[in-house]
Amino acid sequence: MVHQFDVVIVGAGGAGLRAALEASKTANVAVLSKLYPVRSHTGAAQGGMSAALGNHEEDHWKWHMYDTVKGSDYLGDQDAIEILCRDAVDAVIEMEHFGLPFSRTEDGKIAQRPFGGHTRNYGEKAVRRACYAADRTGHMILHTLFEQCMKQHVRFFNEFHVADVIIEDNVCKGVVAIEIKTGEIHVFHAKAVLFATGGYGRAFKITSNAHAYTGDGMAIVFRRGVPLEDMEFVQFHPTGLRKLGVLITEGARGEGGILRNNEGERFMEKYAPSIKDLAPRDMVSRAIYQEVQEGRGINGEDYVLLDLTHLGSEVLEEKLPDISFFTRTYLGIEPADEPIPVQPTCHYAMGGIPTNVDGQVVYDSDNTPVTGLYAAGESACVSVHGANRLGTNSLLDLVVYGRRSGRHIAKFVQNAEFSAMPEAPATDLEERIRWIKESDGDESPEEIRTELQREMMDNVSVFRSKETLTKMQSILADLKERFQNISIMDKGSFFNTDLLDAIELGYLLDFSSAIVESALARQESRGAHYREDFQDRDDENWLKHSLAYLDDEGNISMDYKPVVITEFQPKERKY
Amino acid sequence: MQVTFKIQRYNPETDSQPHWEDYQLDVEPKDRILDALLDIKRTIDGTLTFRYSCAHGVCGSDAMMINGINRLACQTLVQDLKADTIKVAPIKGMDVLKDLVTDFDPFFEHLEEVKPYLINDELPPSRERHQSIEERERFDDTTKCIMCGICTTACPSFWTNGEYIGPAAFVNAHRFIFDSRDEGAQERLEVLNDKDGVWRCHTIFNCTDACPREINVTQAIAELKNAITFT
Ligand SMILES: Cc1cc2nc3c(=O)[nH]c(=O)nc-3n(C[C@H](O)[C@H](O)[C@H](O)COP(=O)(O)OP(=O)(O)OC[C@H]3O[C@@H](n4cnc5c(N)ncnc54)[C@H](O)[C@@H]3O)c2cc1C
Ligand code: FES
Repeated sequence: MVHQFDVVIVGAGGAGLRAALEASKTANVAVLSKLYPVRSHTGAAQGGMSAALGNHEEDHWKWHMYDTVKGSDYLGDQDAIEILCRDAVDAVIEMEHFGLPFSRTEDGKIAQRPFGGHTRNYGEKAVRRACYAADRTGHMILHTLFEQCMKQHVRFFNEFHVADVIIEDNVCKGVVAIEIKTGEIHVFHAKAVLFATGGYGRAFKITSNAHAYTGDGMAIVFRRGVPLEDMEFVQFHPTGLRKLGVLITEGARGEGGILRNNEGERFMEKYAPSIKDLAPRDMVSRAIYQEVQEGRGINGEDYVLLDLTHLGSEVLEEKLPDISFFTRTYLGIEPADEPIPVQPTCHYAMGGIPTNVDGQVVYDSDNTPVTGLYAAGESACVSVHGANRLGTNSLLDLVVYGRRSGRHIAKFVQNAEFSAMPEAPATDLEERIRWIKESDGDESPEEIRTELQREMMDNVSVFRSKETLTKMQSILADLKERFQNISIMDKGSFFNTDLLDAIELGYLLDFSSAIVESALARQESRGAHYREDFQDRDDENWLKHSLAYLDDEGNISMDYKPVVITEFQPKERKY
Repeated sequence: MQVTFKIQRYNPETDSQPHWEDYQLDVEPKDRILDALLDIKRTIDGTLTFRYSCAHGVCGSDAMMINGINRLACQTLVQDLKADTIKVAPIKGMDVLKDLVTDFDPFFEHLEEVKPYLINDELPPSRERHQSIEERERFDDTTKCIMCGICTTACPSFWTNGEYIGPAAFVNAHRFIFDSRDEGAQERLEVLNDKDGVWRCHTIFNCTDACPREINVTQAIAELKNAITFT
């Protein structure tokens, strides 16, 4: 079936919905999502969304900007970060006007809590900047945006799995999708397409990310010649529930939680004397690994403890009810009585589809846009997070850049025409599906996926070196070869999740190569990318964004583009 | 430990009726039922079909009937069930699309009927609207809903009449009616007062018992009934 819409938005998480709300004010919009919108992983976000509202104490967007630039280890583009922090105040207030039920201060304003890396007066001490709704801020954002879309009668195509994008002569013309319920292929012809498909944590064994986080949007455009930017920067959040990876928000440390090693020592005092447990995530994750390596993990194992016992059950119930519920349900631990076993968990993709500050996808080092192609949210790289994202800045990114993309799209489609579709736009996808269903090799997709996740965790997580990365290169080559020999069991059309899993596994393999190649090329340590063989940041050679390109033979080549620096010159990053 | 999973299967392309299939599985007591189902799907029978995403009880994808009770598969541990046979079936009262996957479209349509979005036509102030901690607390419980469908499909009134708006929609109506910033109470209460509205609730408490977010659904419905009676 062929559909025609001015705008097609792929993804119904925070970024997709915020863009849809904006664009559908004037344009004819369709939102395609492989999950029902409220199932999107934005709903899992816990801690908060930053804005210098100053509801508890003095705060300024400039301080927020400084913290974000410093947190990014100076790799974030400062023009984009300025917009993020300046627009934050208005974007958060707007969410309140949309009905978001924020927690409140004594005088009825939006409540704010401290969060990692957010400080007053250029690093003096922690500041209360994260606007929150208990520990379910993302849930409230997702629902509020979905509610507003409902009110505005936005058109949804739920459980449509987008699997290809049509780009010809640098013009994006639409997408091709599988209707999950029936297996039917649909072509969506559009003047503008926005990808807001979220992150890719499922390439790693331990992750806080949903099963649906398989980097679809990134892989789909990557295969069509669009580069992926800064893929070596993968955030590991320090406090995932041991073995499960389920997140314990940094808000827990914002409320006073303390990390301890097997000696009961508050070890972050050694690594970040001024803000201690509230240091940025890359630093805390490395500190945990270091404690473990030096034999101070709990019981000699690979985890430490997050101590919330001194907060008391009242604070836990009021401010951190969900995480208390998680520890109770999954570990049988009452956080008021017992500390929580935690370990770093793969959490966030700083890199992604390169865009400019209007959400337009740009494909080269001169930032030339692909006409009609946009990206926002975690699947995009503006770049506001650089080498390390600060907590609470992603939810903010969704609303600020979701809105900006939506606005730009609305304007763009007003004057644009539909450009002619190629003759048979669905052929490639149909061929891919036929191949997966007919392939009867003896490789199991499950074994390939498990091996990928384990090896990525061992070789490409918090610590990397030439040795681990080249090892991963050859493992990936082998896994890709084996992928050509898979067979799946479900050969039907209706709700064939066996097929979709295999399609997603193909994505995991492709963008994992982009991560590995970008990481191997970058011979320095910056933010979340830590090379044991190049332990220092090297601004002279590496203060630049990576662009990884995939060619038709499946080879990856690297290019680079400069970082935009306006206000804050790179300095050593100490806390 | 060894567990037998008895799973209700239905493939619309080949089956005229649902049937049961057994799978033997080695599991850990702390495994989630979702982990076990994924294990079956990925190592024994790739055709087994169910929805899932977040894996920790926040997205609402994997509501199913596990040993006779509606639960989220990702929030239920093997040890919680204290049984060596685990029966898994789709939630009741919705059309089954395949195996454990049910048709949620009518569910979301019912939700939409109660206008679950902030209604307030006044021009908002330049900053946030103020709301006291107590006013915010008034509707806190019902903000937790993840629209998983567990409450509605646990309700006998819904099983007998699919037009019944159902507890999930009531919860979402409550969330706005008791929000001090909202002005749409009247229009929503009219919908709730309809023949398929709150009066079909016979206070059986299935919804409250089953809610994976521990929302006191029955209490919320009682408050709605009161609001209809006294406004
Ligand atoms: C546990 C957790 C806690 C977090 N807490 C915070 C926090 O406190 N503060 C903060 O700022 N950030 C937080 N983050 C990060 C933040 O929540 C995410 O980065 C953000 O929500 C991503 O939003 P998104 O709109 O980009 O993607 P999502 O919300 O994930 O949406 C992706 C959408 O794309 C759709 N999709 C994907 N692939 C396809 C496809 N092939 N076809 C069709 N549709 C597709 C999905 O159905 C979904 O609707 C947290 C993240 C996690 C995992
Ligand atoms: S998978 Fe999200 S609620 Fe169970």
